[in-house]
Amino acid sequence: MELLINGMNYTVNPAAGTSLLMVLRDELDLTGSKYGCGEGQCGACTVLLDGKAVRSCRVPATAAQGKKITTIEGLEKDGRLHPVQEAFLKVDVFQCGYCASGMVMSAVALLNDKPKPTDEEIITAMNGNICRCGTYPRVISAIKEASKA
Amino acid sequence: MKEEIFEVTKLQEPEAEQQRAFSNSRRRFLKLFGGGIAVAFVLQDVSAFVPGPAEPVLLRAADSKEVGGWLHIGQDDVITVFTGKVEVGQNIRTSLAQVVAEELRVPVNSIKMVMGDTDLVPYDAGTFGSRTTPQMGPQLRRAAATARGMLLDMAAQEWKTAKSTLKLADGKVVHSKNKKALSYGQLTRGKELQQAVVNDVALTPVEEWKVAGTSVPKVNGRDIITGRHKYVSDMKLPGMLYGKILRPPAYGATVTSADVSAARAIPGVVVVHEKDFIGVAAPNRATVAKAADAVKVQWSAAPQQPSRSGIFSYLKKNVYNSGSRGGRGNTVKGSVMDGMAAAAKTLQETYHIDYIAHAPMEPRAALAHWENGKLTVWTGTQRPFGVQEELAKEFTISKENVRVIMPDTGSAYGGKHSGEAAIEAARLAKAAQKPVKLTWTREEEFIWAYFRPAGVIEASSGVKNDGTLTSWEFHNYNSGPAGIRTPYEVPNQLIQYHPVESPLRQGSYRGLASTANIFVLESQMDDMAALVGMDPLAFRLKNLQDARLKAAFEAAAQAFGWNKTKPATDHGFGIGGGTEKGGYTATCAEVAVDRKTGEVKVVRAVTAFECGTIINPEHLENQILGSIVQGLGGALFEAVDFENGKILNPRFAQYRVPRFRDMPAIEIIQLNRKDLPPAGAGEAPIVGIAPAIRNAIAAATGVRLKALPLVPNGLSGMLGKAGG
Repeated sequence: MELLINGMNYTVNPAAGTSLLMVLRDELDLTGSKYGCGEGQCGACTVLLDGKAVRSCRVPATAAQGKKITTIEGLEKDGRLHPVQEAFLKVDVFQCGYCASGMVMSAVALLNDKPKPTDEEIITAMNGNICRCGTYPRVISAIKEASKA
Repeated sequence: MKEEIFEVTKLQEPEAEQQRAFSNSRRRFLKLFGGGIAVAFVLQDVSAFVPGPAEPVLLRAADSKEVGGWLHIGQDDVITVFTGKVEVGQNIRTSLAQVVAEELRVPVNSIKMVMGDTDLVPYDAGTFGSRTTPQMGPQLRRAAATARGMLLDMAAQEWKTAKSTLKLADGKVVHSKNKKALSYGQLTRGKELQQAVVNDVALTPVEEWKVAGTSVPKVNGRDIITGRHKYVSDMKLPGMLYGKILRPPAYGATVTSADVSAARAIPGVVVVHEKDFIGVAAPNRATVAKAADAVKVQWSAAPQQPSRSGIFSYLKKNVYNSGSRGGRGNTVKGSVMDGMAAAAKTLQETYHIDYIAHAPMEPRAALAHWENGKLTVWTGTQRPFGVQEELAKEFTISKENVRVIMPDTGSAYGGKHSGEAAIEAARLAKAAQKPVKLTWTREEEFIWAYFRPAGVIEASSGVKNDGTLTSWEFHNYNSGPAGIRTPYEVPNQLIQYHPVESPLRQGSYRGLASTANIFVLESQMDDMAALVGMDPLAFRLKNLQDARLKAAFEAAAQAFGWNKTKPATDHGFGIGGGTEKGGYTATCAEVAVDRKTGEVKVVRAVTAFECGTIINPEHLENQILGSIVQGLGGALFEAVDFENGKILNPRFAQYRVPRFRDMPAIEIIQLNRKDLPPAGAGEAPIVGIAPAIRNAIAAATGVRLKALPLVPNGLSGMLGKAGG
């Protein structure tokens, strides 16, 4: 089975029913996407499928075939951070950072879709991402910062 | 269940053992470097604490020769700090580097922090109790200032000049007259210098700080934001297996029979079955899952045990009376009988506090590897040396043969003091003779970690018509003694903590029991104010002499507009605050109540916080914010549901935590007291939000709630009865 991840083709051979998240993490060592709950409730595993945010713990790897998969590792280009990453860094959002990849990927998807989101649109798009350190207001600031770019 | 992980005796070391540990860590440390300047500091003025069932208890005065940390300046100019403290999101990797950078006049990024690796850093009891900033920070400052003195001495000798002609800048010692300069590394070349910290060394005054006291960004922020940082759950070793543990269906269930032959027959699978422990390991997760399914195990029925529905009567009836653990936090002053007799109004209330979960985003994880009888485990724990002891005991090997390494971890909040996953992974790795990684599922983290204690709290108080408190009686069953004392002036007090053998495994939590005690304290205070018809803020200030807490209340109230604005219809304002772990805080909250649905929304919250001198304003802001948000969950809806040994809501779909939509508009006021030493900030700011919300709900509706969480199902059914 072939997967197109961050512009590169990977041949993988996962067991039936294996989630995209576990293929990324275990087989391809793309560990930026995190396991947080395994039921699509926390958003730590968020990646983009054809530009849309999905919970990779709930997507069977087979369902991602033929789609463009973008993970946190694919945002940085030639040592240059994605504007959303820049904004998160500038706002110095995080504490433990475990939710960071999922937050950034959800934010990238939101801004792809709505470059100038309202507060309500940000909350709606981000509500599926949990941060137990409580950085939510700082995430919102960072998204607004990125939307100015 | 007993809190076996927190048994005090486990950490007691005889004197000789301490001495040996000291010389071992010293030898180990010196072996790392060919030369350079090494400054060690000892823990002589630091008492070591370990967490009790719910609270830290004084373990022992640390041996005076015990090393608390090292600072090293190498020939290559690299400045390395070795500390047993660990990073779980408090951003101490940054703040500790800041204070060292300040004293050595170098940029923060020239400091390398080696943290929580038992082979490399000196013993540390653990990262908890908001002790890093007030204890480790000043020690590192002194170590760095001592090193600065040594560098100046060396340069003065080298150039045969007075020290007064020299200054330090950007990692160099500069001669102010002839502009000669030598880097720190050049100065140390070929020499091996060791020094103990000079305790009265001159420190850079706070007013002159250029690096400390500023908002230096998270030092490894880029690794976090690119997904590059390797948490334990991300780590791999060559030939590594994945592990899985078979869990009993309920607490206390044991294995009655197990057939592991089918699992063992699967190629590549390793099975460990020892009494009630059954674990499997295999080269990939699919095979692990298959192997776990192939184990045929019968579990005994769980012993009858309390459920959530009966927990509060259970706690009241099962007080633990045996000696040392009883009666901690007790205060007796005057006579509460006299105090109640002197009161014009009295109030007697009972409050209930549910168990709640830490639910750190990274569930417990460990990667274990045995090599020539030596065990190395990478795991996310607040107590690497505690886990080292657990492992040494489990496998009956010396601590020198156990290395615990703690990479920066996906949060803890007091919930990762223990080494469950470390032991499990090590058992599997020992049998497999290969490295094994074990990552707990979210469900396992909810069920098999430990909880913030539930509690029953009885408060009984009396007040004169002019608002003067006359009596304060307070009994806490099981929550713990943190924050149990009233900060208010009351002539007659009886305050007692009554420990209980908790049916659920319980332990530390952010702010410990102060989340429960201060909630009750501040709820009761509000209701007393209402009894005598006083403004809640004025009532508090009238009975308060502690200037720092007063300042926090006044700052929060001012920023909030307390008494300056009136709440809209069906909105209410509430206030609450207190002091804990050297921090002083007050929160004002505004809630909106939907009278039709009973839904409560926290509209805004203003928290004022003071913890002495501020080391990093932006990261302090983040800690205060985190405390408010975490406190919001415990205040409004978090509760662990359980029945006869089973957790009924072990998933994020069932256990509600705060999300984006739950966020009020939050304003944070930092009170920077540069004249006071810095205190920790990760815990204390959590205590104000719950009572502030509770009191705001009372102001909006007249409903005076007496339980945490306050409104797991909104206020439906409660409105219209009381004053609504």
